[in-house]
Amino acid sequence: MATIADWLGAGCLVAGAVLALAAGIGVLRFPDALSRMHAATKPQVLGVLLLLLGIALRLRSPADLGMILLVAVFQLATAPVAAQMIGRAAYRSGRLDRSLLDADELAERGPDGGPAGPA
Amino acid sequence: MTTFLAVVLTALLSVTALLALTRLYRGPSLVDRVIAADMLLATMVGAVGAEAAVNRHATTLPVLVVLSLLGFVGSVSLVRFAVREQQ
Repeated sequence: MATIADWLGAGCLVAGAVLALAAGIGVLRFPDALSRMHAATKPQVLGVLLLLLGIALRLRSPADLGMILLVAVFQLATAPVAAQMIGRAAYRSGRLDRSLLDADELAERGPDGGPAGPA
Repeated sequence: MTTFLAVVLTALLSVTALLALTRLYRGPSLVDRVIAADMLLATMVGAVGAEAAVNRHATTLPVLVVLSLLGFVGSVSLVRFAVREQQ
């Protein structure tokens, strides 16, 4: 039983590291700030969660599980907020490639997003 | 198996951190640098956690909690600064 958990944990660790590597490649290769943010946040959150699952599968003590759960909850709660604020800042400072946009729902607010309410 | 796992994880996470550092160095705007710094910090969370998992100790788990909150506070404050700067 212990070895199965160990192997599963090792697999989760490697998968999480591979996802983090995918995020790194995306951040380096993608053309503008919005797509870089997309590349950075999504596989990175799943990658960190997989790494945490790997840690939990290898440590297997209740106190450690609580702290790992705390880290996972923090990541899940803060990553969307940070991504939303970064995307908003990228849009309002014009750091985006408009030819890559399918729909620009903020366009009617004026040039470069305009004053879209309090920052 | 432990050594192999350590080598693989070290290689993957080191390359990730290097890619994030490259974007941090090249990134044309502050927003790109904030994204890269955020990703570098998440890679550090992964690396510290992977070390704890490989060596089976829990002494660095509080560091993970601090790092995961620090990344959020850092990127949000920098991004607000960036928006105010360019208005």
